[in-house]
Amino acid sequence: MIWNPDYETLPGEDLKRLQDERLGTLVDMLYRRVKFFRSKMDAAGVKLGEVRGIGDLARLPFTTKDELRSGYPFNLLAVDLREIVEIHTSSGTTGKPVVDAYTAGDLDTWAEAMARTLSAGGATRHDIVQNAYGYGLFTGGLGVHYGARRIGATVLPISGGNTKRQVELLRDFGTTILTCTPSYALYLAEALREEGLSPRDMGLRAGFFGAEPWSDTMRAEIQAKLGLAAYDIYGLTEIIGPGVAFECERQEGLHVNEDLFYPEIVDPATGRVLPDGQKGELVITTLTKQGTPILRYRTRDITYLDRSPCPCGRTTVRMHRLLGRTDDMLIVRGVNVFPSQIEEVILGIEGVEPHYQIIVDRRNQLDSLEVQVEMTEALFSDEIRDLERTEKLIESRLYGTLNIHSRVKLVEPKTIARSEGKAKRILDKRQI
Amino acid sequence: MSVKQVSIFLENSKGRLAEVTRILAREGIDLRALSLADTSDFGVLRIIVEDPDRCLAVLKDNDYVARVSEVVAVEVEDRPGGMSRILDVLDEAGLNVEYLYAFVAKAGKNAVVICKIDERERALSVLEAKGIRTISSEDLEST
Ligand SMILES: [Zn+2]
Repeated sequence: MIWNPDYETLPGEDLKRLQDERLGTLVDMLYRRVKFFRSKMDAAGVKLGEVRGIGDLARLPFTTKDELRSGYPFNLLAVDLREIVEIHTSSGTTGKPVVDAYTAGDLDTWAEAMARTLSAGGATRHDIVQNAYGYGLFTGGLGVHYGARRIGATVLPISGGNTKRQVELLRDFGTTILTCTPSYALYLAEALREEGLSPRDMGLRAGFFGAEPWSDTMRAEIQAKLGLAAYDIYGLTEIIGPGVAFECERQEGLHVNEDLFYPEIVDPATGRVLPDGQKGELVITTLTKQGTPILRYRTRDITYLDRSPCPCGRTTVRMHRLLGRTDDMLIVRGVNVFPSQIEEVILGIEGVEPHYQIIVDRRNQLDSLEVQVEMTEALFSDEIRDLERTEKLIESRLYGTLNIHSRVKLVEPKTIARSEGKAKRILDKRQI
Repeated sequence: MSVKQVSIFLENSKGRLAEVTRILAREGIDLRALSLADTSDFGVLRIIVEDPDRCLAVLKDNDYVARVSEVVAVEVEDRPGGMSRILDVLDEAGLNVEYLYAFVAKAGKNAVVICKIDERERALSVLEAKGIRTISSEDLEST
């Protein structure tokens, strides 16, 4: 169901006009009210009147996580602190946390964004939402809470953990919608099985899972074990929390609430804006935020955009589910290579197990990419020719995805070093 | 009749072959025949042993990827042209030999040739029809 057809199905031209207008207002406000952004725009040589719309976005400076941290606690506020009604922060495990300060208007936007998210997975006022995201400074819990309230559903604000209690509520209250991280969903499924409960004993029909990357394999597993449709949701504290993008019933990419959050994909190394369909780093500009608006935030998340029309009727752009983090990116022969792309290819080949290693080396000024794949019972043949064919097959699939040649080497089982049970994926031997 | 062969995946690096033969020796598994085919990356070790199923279990316990498959075994008379006659017969029947290797089952006796042929059943009947004796695992044990 489409919560807000006025915005979610806005024809392309109208949507663009709205974005142009909103960007103009944002830039104006940031320049006038936030010293940090004014200095950055001055340094970039951007004059106020010159920014007329999305077409001028590429000229504006990026904002990084470190810059947001350096604004701790209130240096990036675009309104007086009196206007702020709620504050959330990122975890701050690796330094000062990022502060996201919300005005009443921002909370309204957040509820709207999350109402769209939950509606896209079929949630209505008749649903009972068991919200197992953490409540607190973390944005997951309250983000879902506000969205569920907005659509009029019944919220069970159980927060994360306390699995025994979660199982009780699922069973006794007839929860229809579960919201939590995908890994916790699997954990809960296991706990339900131990209690002797099968999906048929429960009323679950949809789940909204985010805050960590997951795969289609994991989705299939969650759906089968919990008997629900599992939807991927995307958001981050620096922007608003959950509600930036969400899957519709097609489960083919996440619709970005682009009237609120404008997405770009850039080359993580050069910052150059990439055309739709090309993988790169997601950059987001908040178009309507009041408390802590942000210009071109570098999310470090890797994805690509798809503007093809979605059968659901929404006209908003879709982003592919996250493909990885820029921190893991390798540059091989000048081409950006994401380990997740290699993983996708390898796991797509029948009989291969997720034990592989990527080795990058440089000989005679030339980068080499070798992918070692552990032999399995299913891949093995007593004929050399079959094994060579397997190597060639993986090589050609990798070329199809990466556009650079790699060398695939089959190795004996359990020869790839594992740390904490997981294989060490990347070995970069280049001395640059 | 055919013979069970054990094939093992090995990396083509120093000491891998010695390692696997050491493990088999420790377990008292006698190698009646051994052939190694390899590329620059990896090799496939093919062996004939008395108890292929136990051999396979031992290998798996030691984290090797291995499998047991049925191959054609033919006794070849120890005289000129003995081998080429067999190949001619298979060739005439349009049967493709993926690989072969020979060994002597017992001193002074005829050599045994192991052939991997995709259409194993047809190969067996073609050879029998031409009066070429194929041998079974039991025959090997009694030789
Ligand atoms: Zn859609």
